[in-house]
Amino acid sequence: MSTGPEIGAITALPRVGRMSSRPEWLVILGRAARSRRGTIGLTIAGFVVLVAIVGPFVAPHSPTAPVTETFATPSGSAPLGGDVLGRDVLSRVLAGGWELLAIAAAATALGVSAGVALGIAAAYYGRFTDALIMRLVDVFLAFPQLVFALLLVSVLGPKIWLIIIAVGISHAPQVARVIRSVALDVCERDFVKAVELMDTPARRVMSGEILPNLMSVVMVEVGLRFTYSILIIAGLSFLGFGIQPPAANWGLMINENRIGLVVNPWAVIAPAGLIAILTIGLNTFTDAIARASLGVDRPAEEVVMATGIILDRSA
Amino acid sequence: MSAAAETPLPAPGPGRTRRSARAWSRRHPVASMVVVRIALGLLTIFAVSIVIFLATQALPGNAAYAVLGHSATPQRLAALEAQLHLNRPLTSQYGSWIGGVLQGNFGTSLANGESVSSLIGPRLENSAVLVIGAGIVGTLLAGILGLIAAARRDKLFDHIASVIALTVTALPEFVVAIALVIVFSVNLFHILPAVSVIPPGTSPLSDLNALILPIATLALVIAPYIFRMVRGAMIEALESDYVEMAELKGIPRWRVLLVHALPNSLPPVIQVVGLNLLYLAGGIVVVEYVFNYPGIGAALVDAVSDRDIPTIQFIVLILAAFYVFVNITTDVIALLASPRRRATR
Repeated sequence: MSTGPEIGAITALPRVGRMSSRPEWLVILGRAARSRRGTIGLTIAGFVVLVAIVGPFVAPHSPTAPVTETFATPSGSAPLGGDVLGRDVLSRVLAGGWELLAIAAAATALGVSAGVALGIAAAYYGRFTDALIMRLVDVFLAFPQLVFALLLVSVLGPKIWLIIIAVGISHAPQVARVIRSVALDVCERDFVKAVELMDTPARRVMSGEILPNLMSVVMVEVGLRFTYSILIIAGLSFLGFGIQPPAANWGLMINENRIGLVVNPWAVIAPAGLIAILTIGLNTFTDAIARASLGVDRPAEEVVMATGIILDRSA
Repeated sequence: MSAAAETPLPAPGPGRTRRSARAWSRRHPVASMVVVRIALGLLTIFAVSIVIFLATQALPGNAAYAVLGHSATPQRLAALEAQLHLNRPLTSQYGSWIGGVLQGNFGTSLANGESVSSLIGPRLENSAVLVIGAGIVGTLLAGILGLIAAARRDKLFDHIASVIALTVTALPEFVVAIALVIVFSVNLFHILPAVSVIPPGTSPLSDLNALILPIATLALVIAPYIFRMVRGAMIEALESDYVEMAELKGIPRWRVLLVHALPNSLPPVIQVVGLNLLYLAGGIVVVEYVFNYPGIGAALVDAVSDRDIPTIQFIVLILAAFYVFVNITTDVIALLASPRRRATR
């Protein structure tokens, strides 16, 4: 924060209680990572992320070249057997994760930033802007997220940039609604009024004063939306509208290999297991962030109940 | 709503109808809230139809070309453009589409030339069976487990159920579906069909075996959320003064749970059940595809593969309308179920 010396006393007000100079969100992240739940979640998710990133470099075979018979059972050269076209399952599993993670990360960044901006703007400007944004949010909420992505993909075809935009847009209204409900309180606080009296431009008030006080909620949203991005993008690939074959991709692998489930189940279990472990780990870590940001070691929904915000699932 | 909270001002001159409307909404707060919600809902569906239209027919990139792909010759392009009315201005394209929808004419499928409504109509029933079945099974399962977990808070059962809920919450439905197929139909046991065959013209209820795995998948996917909410709401109720009072009076534990605590935790639970029904609207797409179940979700996947725009428009519109309908219904039920909330509005 750029706090000029003459106004330092006032802008410092909301941060009086803070001992360290580290930003609040880092403190919360650290606290979450050190909690038992957070450590477990981070370890589990970290393992899968590591597999996805290092995998392409250590794969024993090419992910697209046939090296075994169709649905060959596990052997020395192919520890997880062969897939529907006789390609090495292990190599495809190792090669097929990073794109999913990269696309999910991009979609999350896009969706959360758009949602945070809309939510703060709605809460801060109020009146007509608020009504307009929230009605728009209502309209986009009416589309199940996967269905919205399918709608956009239907005409333009499955392109990576389009999937990022479609998933990002479908996150934005969900995020905006949560952020707005929390930002409404922050906007009424004295330090915001104080900064306004100093003729600070609205954009600076929103980004410099309101946003920093919402960071714990934003962090929970990032965790939640990243998990959902992975669910949706893997789901799109599973349906055949994600990254196109012959490229390896976990969602796609599950679908193309399930006809050989009887012969070589590993071709399905390996990618499905990795997606499951990843999302379980991320969800557990997100839960730890939520608990850390609320400052209590109780399930988030118990606290959420008391504050009247309804937990929402929206994929 | 807000009108009910305002102090009555003597409205001058032409405000007579407005004044009587306000008086009416003051006397019937619930009814007026329902009317407002329905009006807003219709407005939302109208806006949704514009978004659907823009996404399918107005995006850069010609829809007719997308449908035909490499087989596009100038003649076929022109013929298809005429069929989709792509050669007319956008507003007139939208007008003819929405005009048809309002008269119950949803267009002709590009995939096989049948009318969209005859193609989708029978599948609607199949999907409704899935959604309702999964809603009932998931809610009952989660409700009972949530009650027990709350009553035995911090005991072993509570811990195990909560960890399982947190784990299952994160799973995508196709992973749950595949896991069930591996266990119950292909690799471990062979007791349930991996594919739900429902011949056209028969009711999905005529072969319950075909329904078990799809319904189980969807119920498992929604149950954790409802479980967590039931547990949270019950714990909050159990910590309240009126429950303590009831316990001090010596009322049996089961009666305190079911008669004193449960009714007060219903409104948030109803909201969450509603949210999860909405979630099912998206969930059926993947689950129907996995089990080859002949509902509108699987039809949407096929339509997107075939770039069958009229069918896509119709199915997405139905799903969005379902969302609006469920939202209004749950809001109204939650409102009616909660005297406190009704008083504060």
